[in-house]
Amino acid sequence: MKLLTHNMLSSNIKGVTNGFPLGIEAEKVIERSVDMNPDFLKNMFSKIEWKPLVEASRIMGYSDLPEDVPDSSVLDSEEFLRKFHHALLEIHLEEGALVCPQTGRKFPVNKGIPNMLLHEDEV
Amino acid sequence: MWYLCVFYHRLLDYRKPEVESLAELFGVFDDYPTDQQHSLEWKLPQYHHPDSPFHFVNLPSEDIARSIANRSILVKGLYELWGEGNSYEELEESIKGYPEERKLPYLNSDSTFRISMDTFGKVMSFTEQNERIRGLSYIPFKGRVNLKNPEHNFWIMETDDYGSNNGLPPVVKKRIFFGREVGAADRKLLPTYELKSRNYLGPTAMDAEVAFLMANQAKATHGKLVYDPFVGTGSILIAAAHYGAMTMGADIDIRVVRDGRGPDCNVWSNFKQYGLPMPISLLRADNNLPPWRPGLFEMFDAIICDPPYGVRAGGRKSGGRKLLKGIVGPYIVPEEKRTNHIPSTGAYSLVECVHDLLDLAAKMLVMDGRLVYFYPVVREDDSSSPSFPEHPCFKLIASCEQILSFRYSRVLLTMVKIKPYTEDIAESARLKHMDFKENHLKWLEEGNLHSAVFSPADSNSSAGDDGKCGKELKPKYRGKYV
Repeated sequence: MKLLTHNMLSSNIKGVTNGFPLGIEAEKVIERSVDMNPDFLKNMFSKIEWKPLVEASRIMGYSDLPEDVPDSSVLDSEEFLRKFHHALLEIHLEEGALVCPQTGRKFPVNKGIPNMLLHEDEV
Repeated sequence: MWYLCVFYHRLLDYRKPEVESLAELFGVFDDYPTDQQHSLEWKLPQYHHPDSPFHFVNLPSEDIARSIANRSILVKGLYELWGEGNSYEELEESIKGYPEERKLPYLNSDSTFRISMDTFGKVMSFTEQNERIRGLSYIPFKGRVNLKNPEHNFWIMETDDYGSNNGLPPVVKKRIFFGREVGAADRKLLPTYELKSRNYLGPTAMDAEVAFLMANQAKATHGKLVYDPFVGTGSILIAAAHYGAMTMGADIDIRVVRDGRGPDCNVWSNFKQYGLPMPISLLRADNNLPPWRPGLFEMFDAIICDPPYGVRAGGRKSGGRKLLKGIVGPYIVPEEKRTNHIPSTGAYSLVECVHDLLDLAAKMLVMDGRLVYFYPVVREDDSSSPSFPEHPCFKLIASCEQILSFRYSRVLLTMVKIKPYTEDIAESARLKHMDFKENHLKWLEEGNLHSAVFSPADSNSSAGDDGKCGKELKPKYRGKYV
């Protein structure tokens, strides 16, 4: 699971109002290189929740992203795009869990696939 | 400029929408006002039936025509027409009358060329073909012949003048076309991606040709993000990835997305097999209860999918069978079993599934983004056109039928997002969601296609128990079957 996906997901258990961002329990993190596409990154930049991305990438062992939401002018910087690309698309949570911030329910991540299906008593 | 557009004689409904989607992708409609219909001008050759493979289409430039033809799946060729006629004499006159300045640049001595012959509805021997090609000696070809890799490809195309042709109503008069090829579909793609050589397959994997057509309808291209909420073995996303799109997929069945049939036979390995970039993400999620964070809007450029219709594979959603029927209350999962608990799922009717899909697409597609999906219809005897799902955010721009059996077809629907998702729409979707949940059985009953497709024939026909009667019902004209 890439951090782009993490940035899109929330806990949708019945009754949970603050399901985002999901905590990360990282057992196995891997890095896989992906071709960089600046247009795609610029497009995604406006849709990303910045702080959760910074926090998630730190848990995954990458802390080169600026702490505060950068101004969109940074998108012209090759160096920034590279970091953003790496955090968003190249760091994978292979084994571990996503944790609902409100209830502590763990959504397991095995073989890189987050299992977001709810139990019978959660729908 | 008008081009002769010759199609492969198959999937008839899909032909023009494909060309129009690609025209949009290559910017033909960029300067159109937003409220104007994005469609091309088409004409038919004289006496031709709309299902004929021969059409004329008006395109702004040869470059665009080439891009469209080369990326298409169903365009056999786009041609600059140099002449046409009902006989070879008329053809000659027509070619001679075509402006010299249009012809000469392609006839000069330092170019290479080839002339090929194609027929529709008839078979022609090699000798006959050669005769016709030699008959063109009145065109001053100065270049060298190169059969393997010519700069300019010329074609003579001949239709027949008798009987029915390939299931189409008869063409009254024979027509001959001569033109210079501008571009043609790369059908070599299809054997590369054909299902029989694919590693990981499921029972409803989408065949390569249709998957590519879907990707074209969705305008999948470099840098776009395409999502399939019923990803299965990834057969639809593979086509989108081939065209350079980023892909994302979800499925409720974790065995399919996570495990496959082993480390080298799963969704990932399918992408690897073709050297395509891996999906950005695969996850297990329920289309009925999507796990996207509430503030996330307009994320995907296209959503392409083949929802479960309940004929070959049925949909599933969260909540057990008995729970949904109201027989039992929710099963409280004991604390110690929570980690490895496998939640039970219940049947997911097509109506509800499509409702959820439209709601998801309305929220998650960018403006102008496309939702492309298959919708099954029972083939009624009366030829009234079926009604398709509607949504205030969407405009239906193409519906392409593919007949699957005597009983039912599937229709590829292409919808464009024309209005943003509002709170009112979200609220009415929420109410509908509750209605589906509370009246689970009723909706399951009404949304059941399976019985219509598989019930014995007798129950359908009223009095006529004569076997022959049923046979005669089959239409003689079988255009869409090709």
